[in-house]
Amino acid sequence: MSTDQNILVKLNNAGLQLNNKWLVKGVSLQVEKGKIVTLIGPNGSGKSTTAKIALGIYKKIDGSVEKYTNKVGYVPQKISIDWTLPLRVNDFMILTESLNKETIDEALSLTGVIHLKDKNLGDLSGGEFQRVLLARAISKKPDLLVLDEPVQGVDFTGEIALYELIKKISDELSCGILLISHDLHTVMSATDFVVCLNGHVCCSGSPMDVAKNNEYKALFGEQASQILSRYEHKHDHIHTNEGEIKKN
Amino acid sequence: MFDDFFIRALVAGIGVAFVTGPLGCFVIWRRLSYFGDTLAHSALLGVTLAFTMEFNIAISVFVISSMIALILIQLQKKTNLPGDALLGLLAHSSLAVGLVVIGFLTFIRFDIMGLLFGDILAVSVDDLLIIWIGGALILLTLKFIWKSLFASTVNYELAEAEGLNPDRAKAIFTILMAAIIAISIKMVGLLLITGMLIIPAAMARNLSSSPQSMVIYSIIGGLLSVIIGLFTSLEFNTSSGPSIITAALLLFILSLFKIKQSIKLKN
Repeated sequence: MSTDQNILVKLNNAGLQLNNKWLVKGVSLQVEKGKIVTLIGPNGSGKSTTAKIALGIYKKIDGSVEKYTNKVGYVPQKISIDWTLPLRVNDFMILTESLNKETIDEALSLTGVIHLKDKNLGDLSGGEFQRVLLARAISKKPDLLVLDEPVQGVDFTGEIALYELIKKISDELSCGILLISHDLHTVMSATDFVVCLNGHVCCSGSPMDVAKNNEYKALFGEQASQILSRYEHKHDHIHTNEGEIKKN
Repeated sequence: MFDDFFIRALVAGIGVAFVTGPLGCFVIWRRLSYFGDTLAHSALLGVTLAFTMEFNIAISVFVISSMIALILIQLQKKTNLPGDALLGLLAHSSLAVGLVVIGFLTFIRFDIMGLLFGDILAVSVDDLLIIWIGGALILLTLKFIWKSLFASTVNYELAEAEGLNPDRAKAIFTILMAAIIAISIKMVGLLLITGMLIIPAAMARNLSSSPQSMVIYSIIGGLLSVIIGLFTSLEFNTSSGPSIITAALLLFILSLFKIKQSIKLKN
C-alpha cells in the first residue's frame, strides 16, 4: 500500500498518565509525507503532550507510537538558555546535526534572521528567537517537523509569512508536519487534517468537517465555526483524575 | 634546575588541567557543582579501601565514586527528598565513614592533610601514567558523547526528539566525573577538586561568547592555575591544592573586569 509507506508517525490510542492524572488519553492520529496535521484545543488539553508522545520523548506511555523516520525537526513550545551557556545563533543551528555554512545561511534567510547569526541567543527578542528555532528545525531538511506554537511572539506580518513558509516547506520537502497552533484562521486555511483535543480527541477530520462538528462548536464556541472568528472556547465537560468525562 | 618531584607534579597538573577544563564547563552548564563535591567526598572512602586492600588509589576511588553516583540515582527515584539534601547526605556520610575507617587503620600511617588538600611530593611516575592515559581516555569519551551531551544540556527534549541519546550521554558523563576525581585526587586533594573543575570554567564564561571558546579558556585557566599554584607551593612550602585553587581564584577575579566591561556596553 502506497499510503502506508507515506506514514511518518502513527499514534495508536496513545495516552500519558502522570501522578495518577491523565494528561491526555486515547489519541490516534497519523502524520503522512507532505501533509500538515494540526492539533488545536484549549490550554491544558494535552496538545504539547501529544506532540511529545509522537516524538518519542516519553518512555512510559499508554497505547503505542510507530515512528518511521529519524530525521526529525522539533520546535518546542518553551526553551530557556541559561546565562552560563554562551551560545550564539550559529552554535545553536548545529546543535543536533552538523551543517555547512550555506545550509545554515539559507535556513536563517528563509525565516528572516540571517543578520542575527553571530548574536548571543540570550540577546534575542521572543519573536527573533522563535524565528531562529524554526530555522534550526527546517535547516536539517527533516522528514517530520513538529512545531509547537512556532510563531508565538512573532509580529503580525511575520506570522503570516512564517505560516506561508511552513506550508511551502511541507510542499517542497514533502515532509510531514505536526503543528500546534492557536490561530484558527491559519489552521483552517493551511491544514490537511485537524485534531481537536480536550484531554482526549474531541473530533478530527478535514478543517471543514471539524468546523461543522458539534463538539468543536461546543469547545470553541459557535463563532469559531465561522472560521474567521476570534479564538474562544467553552468547556462543556471536565475530566476527573481517572480520566472520566463529566458533563457540566 | 628543578627537583624530579616538582617536574612530575607539573606534568601531572598539566594533564589534569586539560581534562578539568572541558568537564568543568559541563559541571557549570548542567549545575553539577554539588554533585562533583559529593563524588569527591566519597573519594576518601575509596582511598581507605585502596590502603586496606593494597590496591591502586585511582582505580579504587573511581569505583567507589561511581558507586556513590549510582546510589544517588537510586535514592532520587526512591525518596522525595530534594536533590541538594540527598547530595549533602551522601557527601558527608561518605566522608564521615571514610574518616572513621581511617581511625581503625592504626597500622597504616596516613597523610590526611595530603589526601584532603593534595601533595605534590606524592606524585609518582605511575600516577603520571594514570593521569595522562586516564585523561586521554576521558577526553576521547567526552568527544564521542559531546553532541548528545551538549544538545541535551541546552534542551533535553530537543535532543531526545531529534534522535540523540541524552540519557546515555548523561550516564557516561557521570562516570567521567568519577574518573576525573580519581585521577586528580593526589594533585588537588579531595576537598578542592570541585574548585579545579568550576573556577577555571567560571572564569572562562566571563571571557567567552561561544561554547568552544569557553572550553578553551577553561583549559588555559586551569593550566595557568596549576603552573602558578605549583611554583607558589614550591616557593612557600604550601599545600599544592590550595595554592592551585587560589591561583584559579585570582584569575577568576581578573576575568571579572572583562565581564564588567561587556555588561556596561550592553546597558
